[in-house]
Amino acid sequence: MSVGMLIDLTKCIGCRGCQIACKQWNELPAEKTHNRGSYENPPKLSDKTWTYITFHEIADGSRVTWVFAKDGCRHCLEPSCASACIVGALHKRPDGAVVYNAHKCIGCRYCEMACPFGIPAFQWEKPVPYIQKCTFCEDRLDQGEEPACAKTCPTGAIEFGERNDLLQTAHARMKERPDKYVNHIYGEKEVGGTSVMYLSSVPFNKLGFPTYGPEPLPRYAHIAMNAVPPTIGVVTVLMGGVYWIIKRRDKMMSQETDGVTEPTEKEG
Amino acid sequence: MESEKRPLPVVTTVILGILIAIGLAVAIFRYIHGLGAATNLSDGRPWGLWISFDLYCGVALAAGGFVLTGTVYIFNMKRYYPIVRSAVLTAFLGYLMVIVALLVDLGQPWRIWHPVIYWNPHSPLFEVGWCVFLYTAVLALEFSPNVFERFNMKTPLSVIRAIQIPLVIAGIVLSTLHQSSLGSILLMFPESLHPLWFTPILPVQFFLSAVAVGLAVVIFEMSLSDKGLGHHVDQGILAGLGSAIPYVLGLYVVVKIGDLLVGGKLGLIFTSGIYSVLFLLEFVGGAIVPLILFALPSVRQSRTATFWSALLVILGLVLNRFDVSWFALAPRLGTTYFPHPMEFAISIAIVSSGILAYILATRYLPAIQSIKKQPEAG
Ligand code: SF4
Ligand code: SF4
Repeated sequence: MSVGMLIDLTKCIGCRGCQIACKQWNELPAEKTHNRGSYENPPKLSDKTWTYITFHEIADGSRVTWVFAKDGCRHCLEPSCASACIVGALHKRPDGAVVYNAHKCIGCRYCEMACPFGIPAFQWEKPVPYIQKCTFCEDRLDQGEEPACAKTCPTGAIEFGERNDLLQTAHARMKERPDKYVNHIYGEKEVGGTSVMYLSSVPFNKLGFPTYGPEPLPRYAHIAMNAVPPTIGVVTVLMGGVYWIIKRRDKMMSQETDGVTEPTEKEG
Repeated sequence: MESEKRPLPVVTTVILGILIAIGLAVAIFRYIHGLGAATNLSDGRPWGLWISFDLYCGVALAAGGFVLTGTVYIFNMKRYYPIVRSAVLTAFLGYLMVIVALLVDLGQPWRIWHPVIYWNPHSPLFEVGWCVFLYTAVLALEFSPNVFERFNMKTPLSVIRAIQIPLVIAGIVLSTLHQSSLGSILLMFPESLHPLWFTPILPVQFFLSAVAVGLAVVIFEMSLSDKGLGHHVDQGILAGLGSAIPYVLGLYVVVKIGDLLVGGKLGLIFTSGIYSVLFLLEFVGGAIVPLILFALPSVRQSRTATFWSALLVILGLVLNRFDVSWFALAPRLGTTYFPHPMEFAISIAIVSSGILAYILATRYLPAIQSIKKQPEAG
């Protein structure tokens, strides 16, 4: 079983109920912000804000329409953050949620560097800092409940369920209304697939979604890490061999030249 | 110990002491108020000066240790014996400096040992952590005879002598892994590292450039301590080290060009704006030019020319490590970063303590500079 969320942006009305539900359930503090001339608030994800709604004004011929998108952890099928984490503090649960084990974390922030969606956030102001990010409401999942954001959403824009079922739903919806949706389920294939997927009426790059191919990003690092044990073997044998051969050669040379009066090229 | 006692360079020592004191004060501030107060780092740019300079450059610049121990003990080139001890000292101090920097940079430095019990073998950083840990231990052992000799401790000395070769081989294996794994770290960033630098063979390029700079650092250090500490080293030795550089840099250049060629990215060298400038500076100025210089016998015979050519290799490497870990690495959208003065203060203090430790060690552990021509048997 692998959990997922299907977020249909055409159904989102930008009420930010999910944003608040997330803060309430996870007991995250409010952030002091100032008016930036946008409804979008707070301005970005942080250690105190694990999900938020981005606001986009999309020019469509003579009309301008609003499109809202929910940003937050995608719970990648092959999470870069978990591959990167030096101590395995971030890891993927069997049900697919990518979660964090705070008591292992050393605060190196490699996960922040590695995540292709800019999700993990660090407690910069704290002397004892931790990484913060969406946990898929793992404590709710354990109780058989859906995440707080999905539960709250008044329009049903956030659907929780089995990832495979959700994919079928998404395909069916696109097929039924090709005029309404762009032909792209964001997260079906990106970086090897993500558990949180999106449907939209406008191309995703116009909403600030990064364009990624279908290959999981940790693949190069995995190849390099698999080369570590053979490298140990090869370098050890090589150095041992060189040492043995050169020692033998030097010994033989000094024996050969023993009886000879010629000056030897003795450098040492 | 009958060695000539030279007075401590007073002015230098005092200046270094002040810089270290400033760094200590900043470190205390950072531990009380958190990383956000002491740095300009943010979620958009979580790694900065300390990682680029103290970790990435620091580890590479400490490569002289394994290069020289390998040359002397494995390839049995005894003429380099007189400088192997200072090379080991530099590497040892270099690694200690890296660890100090990590203790400042990590969010929870008191957990720096966690990788020992919590494993993630998929993580390149996990490999880096283990290598720092093990190689520092190896360097401590390789360095220990200086201390044992000073206090005339015969038994531990003979133990170290007995395991010398396995120790050197372990050092080479760990360094090979460690130098290359700093490149592997960046393999996690295929989308954010500029394509002029990103390649699956980054670990190989990291290793080659580390060997080249290892040689250059030893030349640089010997020339400096020649002037500053009256530790005279034959030009023949420096020239000998220099003559190896064209081979290593040559291989590096071929691998790098070949990789860009295979990736169809040669054009990017000239069409990437500021990135082209950075690339050409580090690659032409810091690799191709010194390659040619060190290939010229007239350069290798001149002490000054050797020194400046070595400096070019070092600067090229420093720029390369800054490029891959900072300049050419895209931050999260809307993020800018320039180090906070406190970040500079920490880096400066760490370098200062390294220099001070070097001065003290070469003065109080005279064996380091003993220009003995023969290694003791065994
Ligand atoms: S979106 Fe980022 S933080 Fe979330 S699972 Fe993927 S890599 Fe990890
Ligand atoms: S900051 Fe913590 S969770 Fe992130 S990679 Fe480092 S140890 Fe893992």
